Amino acid sequence: MKDLKFLAEKMGLGHICGSTEREICGCYAGDLLSWVMSHAEYGHIWITIMSNINVVAVASLCDVARVVLAEGVELDADALEAAKKQDICVFSSKLSTYELCTLVSKYIDE
Amino acid sequence: MSDEMIRFHFDVDGDDFSSAGAASVEVKKRLRQLGFSPDVIRRVAIAMYEGEINMVIHADGGTVEVEIGDDDITMILSDHGPGIANVELAMQEGYSTARDNIRSLGFGAGMGLPNMKKYTDDMKIETEIGVGTTVIMKVNV
Repeated sequence: MKDLKFLAEKMGLGHICGSTEREICGCYAGDLLSWVMSHAEYGHIWITIMSNINVVAVASLCDVARVVLAEGVELDADALEAAKKQDICVFSSKLSTYELCTLVSKYIDE
Repeated sequence: MSDEMIRFHFDVDGDDFSSAGAASVEVKKRLRQLGFSPDVIRRVAIAMYEGEINMVIHADGGTVEVEIGDDDITMILSDHGPGIANVELAMQEGYSTARDNIRSLGFGAGMGLPNMKKYTDDMKIETEIGVGTTVIMKVNV
């Protein structure tokens, strides 16, 4: 388990919205939403390049800890509004999904 | 059936992905208020969301009834869409008839019905071509 704030700082993530108070126990990367719902677990960071409002619904429903938007992707305006309203924590990064996964792997056990 | 069973009703708009999931999020909130375990809440929320999305993609919307009993939570999703031609095929992971524009939103992976089955303890599909589909799911509590 690792504190999200610590991980976000180490990984150089940009904080978009939502509370950063949460423990992280792993990571799931994927863009097909049903696949994410099938495999992402409570306490995972979810790394994706999807930016529409359904990302917020999926993050909320499957209780992933936080969403990280890879490759410099920005949330759509309605998605950002919904994320703020539901207090879903979202970060952004210019790094690729692969690079982000390697950083999670490096720092989660540090 | 208990006289004190709690029931919720939701209308799901067709072809509106911006509000798809609203009913599931609301049910999740209410189950949390009622004190259900995180595992039960997650299973109900995901199964119902997949059902909602299916109704938006394939059936121009529909309705969801949620009944909270002493032993289980039942979700009844009904639509007047085209019906499912081959249920066995539709239940296979990866099989999808969703259009490309749906896939660009992150759906259409062919995991909807399999996820609904995976996260529930019982699932029945009643479907008739040209008439509609009703999916009944139960999650034991």
